[in-house]
Amino acid sequence: MAEKIGVYVCHCGTNIAQTVDCKSVVDYASGLPNVTVAREYQYMCSDPGQELIKKDIKELGLTRVVVASCSPLMHEPTFRRAVEEAGLNQFLFQMANIREQCSWITENKEMATERAKSIVGAAVKRVEFQEPLDVKKVPVNPNVLIVGGGITGIEAALQIADSGKKVYLVEKEPTIGGYMAQFDKTFPTLDCAACILTPKMVSVGQHPNIELLSYSDVTGFSGYVGNFTARIRRRAKYVEEEKCSGCGLCTEKCPVSVPSEFDCGLGKRKAIYRPFPQAVPNVPVIDRDRCLYFTKGVCKVCQKFCPRGAINFEQKETYADLQVGAAILATGFDLFDASKVKQYGYGRLPNVITSLEFERFSHASGPTGGKILLKNGQMPSNIAILHCIGSRDTNFNEYCSRVCCMYSMKIAHLAHEKTGARVYEFYIDLRAFGKGYEEFYKRILEEETIFIRGKAAEVTDVAQTSAERGKLIVVAEDTLLGIVRRIPVDMVVLSVGLEPRKDTTEIARIFSISRSQDGFFLERHPKLAPVSTASDGIFIAGACQGPKDIPDSVAQGAAAAANALSLIDRKEVTLEPTVAFIDEKSCSGCKICIGLCPYNAISFDESKEVSVVNDALCKGCGTCVAACPSGAIGQRNFTDDQLLAEVEAICA
Amino acid sequence: METHMEFSYYPGCSLEGMNKAYDKSARLVSKTLGIDLTELNDWNCCGASAYMSIQELRAHLLSARNLAIAEREKKDLVVVCPACLTTLTKSNHYMGEDLKLRRTIASALKAANLQYLGTVKVRHLLEVVVNEIGEQEIKTKVTRPLTSLKVAPYYGCQFTRPFGEFDDKEFPVMLDTLLKWLGAEPVNFPLKAKCCGGMLMTTNEPVGLGLVRSLLDCATQNGAECIATICPLCHITLEAYQGNVNKKFATSFEVPTLYFTQLMGLAFGFSRKELGINEELISSKAVLARRVEAV
Repeated sequence: MAEKIGVYVCHCGTNIAQTVDCKSVVDYASGLPNVTVAREYQYMCSDPGQELIKKDIKELGLTRVVVASCSPLMHEPTFRRAVEEAGLNQFLFQMANIREQCSWITENKEMATERAKSIVGAAVKRVEFQEPLDVKKVPVNPNVLIVGGGITGIEAALQIADSGKKVYLVEKEPTIGGYMAQFDKTFPTLDCAACILTPKMVSVGQHPNIELLSYSDVTGFSGYVGNFTARIRRRAKYVEEEKCSGCGLCTEKCPVSVPSEFDCGLGKRKAIYRPFPQAVPNVPVIDRDRCLYFTKGVCKVCQKFCPRGAINFEQKETYADLQVGAAILATGFDLFDASKVKQYGYGRLPNVITSLEFERFSHASGPTGGKILLKNGQMPSNIAILHCIGSRDTNFNEYCSRVCCMYSMKIAHLAHEKTGARVYEFYIDLRAFGKGYEEFYKRILEEETIFIRGKAAEVTDVAQTSAERGKLIVVAEDTLLGIVRRIPVDMVVLSVGLEPRKDTTEIARIFSISRSQDGFFLERHPKLAPVSTASDGIFIAGACQGPKDIPDSVAQGAAAAANALSLIDRKEVTLEPTVAFIDEKSCSGCKICIGLCPYNAISFDESKEVSVVNDALCKGCGTCVAACPSGAIGQRNFTDDQLLAEVEAICA
Repeated sequence: METHMEFSYYPGCSLEGMNKAYDKSARLVSKTLGIDLTELNDWNCCGASAYMSIQELRAHLLSARNLAIAEREKKDLVVVCPACLTTLTKSNHYMGEDLKLRRTIASALKAANLQYLGTVKVRHLLEVVVNEIGEQEIKTKVTRPLTSLKVAPYYGCQFTRPFGEFDDKEFPVMLDTLLKWLGAEPVNFPLKAKCCGGMLMTTNEPVGLGLVRSLLDCATQNGAECIATICPLCHITLEAYQGNVNKKFATSFEVPTLYFTQLMGLAFGFSRKELGINEELISSKAVLARRVEAV
């Protein structure tokens, strides 16, 4: 029996109709074989538009439906639902994209109309060969994996754990807290960062629903939405967590002193250490590369003094496989390496420091006990803060790092408050966009901070006048005055930008997610799905998606938590049936497909000597279909018949 | 294994005149290192100086003609003047990215029975020496190390800007590295990539002299006994205007300037005469006699 096909051409307001003559496309479609009805409508995705389809299916007995409108990424689910509601299997529907692939790419009406006809014709021909498919439902594992224990990951973990769900929080450092733990104050309210962060850290440490895996990283991630397996590497701390009381005696007695990463190398730590006193978990780790026992085979002082016998030099790294239904990546950012911009002298000229180093100086428990000091131990009387280091710079990162204007002003405030120094800000544009930010800018202006509009060209110690001698001279074009200025100062703070983490490529590979051009993780939609990714069940939050300040990071952490909860609370998810299938009779058992499958979805049935596809794991990428030398693998809804019919219609 | 590399060589206008010693020493050390330089046949002005800002298309045409001739030889083009480097590279870039310009130039070249497909890479000899020959081979050629000779490594404004992907654009280090290989001691020279004032001497001499003075100040304060140059214009400016600087600022500079190729040649054992070191305006004889054996 011949199929009865309905074709619906959408105007999309003027998006399509302005370039494509929809009437003539409808006329063309009407004349195609097996087309029972062809209509045009202004907005097919609207309720009346969908009603048109439903009505025709019922009244005219349509067996196939084609909608010519936008990309299937936009509205395929909408029309599939409409078709299903009218009693037709949703896979007997085909979408023809005449917007993104036709009306939006040309202004030539004649060519656009011809192209639209061709696209519609191909869809009509294809839809005849489409088959009804059944959607499978699978249960969802209610546990959530969160990668990264900065403020974003902490927020997400607490939100989910408070709802009664189990959270595994993986942090690669010995403690959670992230960058925020290193900051002194936060803009624009000047809250002490530790005062607002540490209570949350403690909550994470004590929460019955959060299993904190510090000093650990994710090395593998497999499965499918609702049913993932995460492989976690737990590095050896050489301290048994259950036994350690966090008394700190081991650290006190350790004879090895090395530069502290947490203090940006400005202060010291021991070989057995906690990054900072409020660390969570409050368990020290032994730095194997610095420990005397590990490097020279002597010492073991920590072990001798530990009242609980918690030190275990034999500890090995272990692996754990965790079953989770969803994952949130909150892996954060790296700071731009200021030594890459040679003209500012970082690493070459003394008293040129980065903004994070300033935070450590300013922090009450930092290396100077909260004093802003020069290398010679004196207080600076002039400080210059240079904006946009590594940001808005085609030599390095083109994007704006979003946080630097505001933290630079915070630094200006702290510097002024603590030293009474005259503070200069060299900026390109000031971006004080958030709630209370403009008001903060005003406050900093009133503190007599001197704002010079011009990106600093260089910092030099080559004096031209006696006033410049012994100073650092910041050279910049003042673009408001139109002159080059040389400002002698004692200290230069470089406001370094935010970059994707160095291991972003690796993490993206493990979780099969994409990155945007700037290197950060790519969200599913920049406006409407900011914490989702193209991989179902994997969410991103905070600065791993792009530079963000604390309020935005926390908001995203909570948003990702809501997204993950909404998924796991559904209790089951539907799986797309558009997976690969193997014709056992044609399979030669060569196993080529097994090695190629990126999702480990194919296994080998030894008794039958054929490959077998696991429907739940298959993502329908088609790699095996193309590679099978016997042509034994097909893909549902992308069968040879369907694709050839489509191609034939386009070439006709 | 001995290196053998072939390049077309573009001396540029100044090497035929005031900077003959640069040409002489460049050819000599290149030969020693197995870099075969064949002078580009019938080359013309590179189009540098003010020409590019006044008659941009014609300046590009001058460059394009040189590049077209070089392409015919199927070799990359070595220059020793950073202004030539920048101008030729700039035309290369512009023709690569601006279809309209490329077509205009193609039609002009056609009139002279020339064409340019864009395959020639223009390189400064310093970059070739450091990147292609490298530490090991250069060190084996050093027979008379410039031990403890304190040199200010001076790059000038154009060597890495804007096309200096081969080094740090703002704070190049290539010459420092080479000087170390020769046994010399490059001094800290923060003004190493600053303007020499050369182009200003004819239009605004006081400003130009001020720039020369700050370079000489910086070099001598950091203990330099001489300045190594990689640019004919920088070289002349630093050397020829020291008298005027001394007059204007009541200073007493007497800092010899030497081309990097002359310093290489000295380290490779060539005589002062072979390298044209006897031709400079401020004699380096005393400095070299103090530091370099048996010159």
